[in-house]
Amino acid sequence: MTAGRPNDPSLKLLYDMLRIRMVEEAIAREYPKGEMRCPVHLSIGQEGAAVGIASALETTDLAVSTHRAHAHYLAKGGDLKRFLAELFGKDAGCSRGRGGSMHLIDLSVGFEGSTAIVGSTLPVGVGLAMGSKIRGEKTVTCIFLGDGAIEEGVFYESANFAVVRNLPVLFACENNSYSVYSPINVRQPKGRKIHELVRAIGLKTSSHDGNDVGGVTAVTRAAVAEIRAGGGPMLLEFATYRWLEHCGPYPDDNLGYRPEAEVAAWKARDPIVVASAQLADHPGFSADVMARWRSEIEAEVDAAFAFARAAAWPAQTTRADFVYA
Amino acid sequence: MPDTSAPQLTFVDAVRDGIDVAMQLDPHMVCYGLGADDPKRIFGSMSGLAEKYGNTRVFDAPTSEAAMTGIAIGAALRGVRSVTVHQRLDFFLLAMDQLINNAAKWHFMFGGQRSVPIVIRLILGRGWGQGPTHSQSLHSWFAHVPGLKVVMPTNAADAKGLLMSAIFDPNPVVFMEHRWLHQAVSNVPVGDYRVPLGRAHVLRQGGDITLTAMSFLVPEALRAATMLEGLGIKCDVIDLCTVRPLDWETVSKSILKTGRLLALDSGWLTCSVASEIVALACERHFRSLRCAPRRAGMPDHPEPTSFELTKGLHPSAESIANDVCDMLELPQRFEIAAGSGPHDVPGAWFKGPF
Repeated sequence: MTAGRPNDPSLKLLYDMLRIRMVEEAIAREYPKGEMRCPVHLSIGQEGAAVGIASALETTDLAVSTHRAHAHYLAKGGDLKRFLAELFGKDAGCSRGRGGSMHLIDLSVGFEGSTAIVGSTLPVGVGLAMGSKIRGEKTVTCIFLGDGAIEEGVFYESANFAVVRNLPVLFACENNSYSVYSPINVRQPKGRKIHELVRAIGLKTSSHDGNDVGGVTAVTRAAVAEIRAGGGPMLLEFATYRWLEHCGPYPDDNLGYRPEAEVAAWKARDPIVVASAQLADHPGFSADVMARWRSEIEAEVDAAFAFARAAAWPAQTTRADFVYA
Repeated sequence: MPDTSAPQLTFVDAVRDGIDVAMQLDPHMVCYGLGADDPKRIFGSMSGLAEKYGNTRVFDAPTSEAAMTGIAIGAALRGVRSVTVHQRLDFFLLAMDQLINNAAKWHFMFGGQRSVPIVIRLILGRGWGQGPTHSQSLHSWFAHVPGLKVVMPTNAADAKGLLMSAIFDPNPVVFMEHRWLHQAVSNVPVGDYRVPLGRAHVLRQGGDITLTAMSFLVPEALRAATMLEGLGIKCDVIDLCTVRPLDWETVSKSILKTGRLLALDSGWLTCSVASEIVALACERHFRSLRCAPRRAGMPDHPEPTSFELTKGLHPSAESIANDVCDMLELPQRFEIAAGSGPHDVPGAWFKGPF
């Protein structure tokens, strides 16, 4: 990250959200050039949850994520250059060009991997927690998931086992109300509250506004402390909203699958706007500070894209590498 | 060669011994599955382990095949090896996303940064009415997938030696035990005993035909070879041991020597390991073949439950010997001896129910 990243905790949250937003916007802008030849699921609109959750974790804490993992990877501290190089399919990519946008990893910051199949990393995260516990580590494993994963059978299995063995796991559920184009009200019964449902499995749960980064940080920090102290697995549900299409760089509200008023209401609650408003009286914050951050981040993002573009392809002779260890 | 000074153990006790020794060698290794510390201990293969290693390392598990497989993957990423067990393969089909999308791919799709050293024990059923969903031998499915290793031991010594190699292999290994082999006895070396994965064993040498087999078909092939010897026909009998990676070199050498191949398979023949071996033989040794290679395995339908309907369902020593006679254009045929006991149990030790 750039030298301009502030030390003040609340400024840092805003800075990190802005940085992720600008990276994602740059990906959306550059994507039509056809250099990033893999599906991308952009996180624009959901930065509040990602940054708030990750800010409550230690670098040594572990995380796994989903197809929509860019924000989680970056918020956990994943390397930006290697991330973009991965989208470009380059050997310098975080997965050496084998995984693309949906398979991100940065072991140096505990980001253990994101995968493409909904729900697939849930038990892997629980297993990481079991492994940590057996090895006597004090780490917490954060499993990022969405509302769709709650509909996968493996979610119940994973949550159940985490409770049975009292494992240090945080299920961080970003509920953005849509699984691709399918709204939650056709997928789950009327009146269902995810956090209430999951409480019945035996986890401590609560639900929160995912677009209030400060609030997300506070509740996650308390949860992580309790989990680390042996309090058992928890699920935090964060309501949020994705701005662009499920997969790809464009808006898709021309398709009419989301009510216009709903889209407008969520965009009015842009987590960056919300946090900026909360910081209005902060002595270290001003329009000038924001503008400086923007230009610094822009330079960082430009340099990372230049790195990714200039990076070497993996050699074709290595195509069959890594099948077996 | 079998070490005749080593103690004689059953297959199932050899599996238990292999887990026990591995858990001594690796203080973090875990072992779990539905029934792992229940009164029956997975046909005895887990006897005493929970008492010896405690509930953190050896434990009964929820009826959650998918999650428990993913949990093994996650633990492996944290440096905790595991042996998980399923009393029938058929239940494990609930875990395919974890096996195929995660375990088999993790090393590859993250550019070689992490590997997944897990062993999944799958027990294969047959007979006594195991029927359509307690009897499937789906090794060919698993063998299709790059990133997996698939092991199918046939005797007690190999059960221990291959299991220990599987446990300490850095890759995910599907370890398939046939229930009918659980009471097979052989000399099993004590302590840290490992048999390399990916190597077939030539159990019998002969120049006339190559028989390749896995799992319960290996003893049948050996019995067929003995019967054929009475006709002056000498068989190479190859126990594949590992069906992925397949030890083509050993099979290839044998085919070049005999010019004839009968590939046996404990599953269905369509897209089977036997099909793969025949395809390789045709592609690479077409001119060395003295007659068309042949496969024998399960007929192309599910295993029925009825005692009557399972008669003659699986290849037997007699059917194998008859296939060989047919390939050699010999008129002799063998029949299952009268009074050889019911066809649907492996021996008097098996009283059902599974």
